[in-house]
Amino acid sequence: MSTTAKLDPQVALAELQERKPDRVTIVVLSGSMDRVMSAFIIATGAASMGMQVTMFFTFWGLNVIRKPGVSSKARDWLRRAFGLLNRGGADTLPLSRFHFWGLGTHMMKLVMRRSRMPGVPELMDMAKDLGVRFIACTTTLGLMGITKDTLLDGIDQFAGVSTYLAEAKDAQVNLFI
Amino acid sequence: MAIQYDVHLDTLGLFCPMPIIKTSKKIKQLVIGQVLQVVSDDEGIKKDMPAWCETTGHEYLGLEEEINGNTIHYKTYVRKAK
Repeated sequence: MSTTAKLDPQVALAELQERKPDRVTIVVLSGSMDRVMSAFIIATGAASMGMQVTMFFTFWGLNVIRKPGVSSKARDWLRRAFGLLNRGGADTLPLSRFHFWGLGTHMMKLVMRRSRMPGVPELMDMAKDLGVRFIACTTTLGLMGITKDTLLDGIDQFAGVSTYLAEAKDAQVNLFI
Repeated sequence: MAIQYDVHLDTLGLFCPMPIIKTSKKIKQLVIGQVLQVVSDDEGIKKDMPAWCETTGHEYLGLEEEINGNTIHYKTYVRKAK
């Protein structure tokens, strides 16, 4: 991914050590619209308060950072089939309750639009804009038949549990959503 | 008496976290010592703005409530401190 080279790591690190901002990590395991919205609201809020925020996407949370409408390019048929059944895209996430085959979620989105509330895609853009870092879990990517090229551009890192723990041990707020 | 301010920010109709996000962007355009007025109709701002100030180090000057038909406009004031 080309996006990792956007910041000079040496400069960014030096700046961080000087500022010592509070740090927040959020594990996004859930792929439900309401839960993911909460995660992004906390992330954008924290970033606006000058905190350094890292979001780890794993399992169903990976659906949030998948390109919409792109089918799985996994090599074996089992994972490809799973990738096909499990639709991705930030705009197509179902509610965790009251989804009702899409009707409930559709109604909720309508209410949100009418009251000018940002949805998941808008919140995600805002998070990126505010410098929130996105990390995709490589293990679950493989497990769920999601290939890197079907994820959105702008994923800062592809990593595993050690990276998460290294971040989380120095953070003041660690959430699992 | 109304609090004097230099810059005005309208966040009417926007929900959490938008007023705070807009405030954090707007305050960057001010010079130190200037006062920002943030108007919101989300009641959460009453607690959120002081909390934001405490975390970011800016000075919270106060709140004015203005009844506007059947909604209340919350006017919060922040002095840029750094």
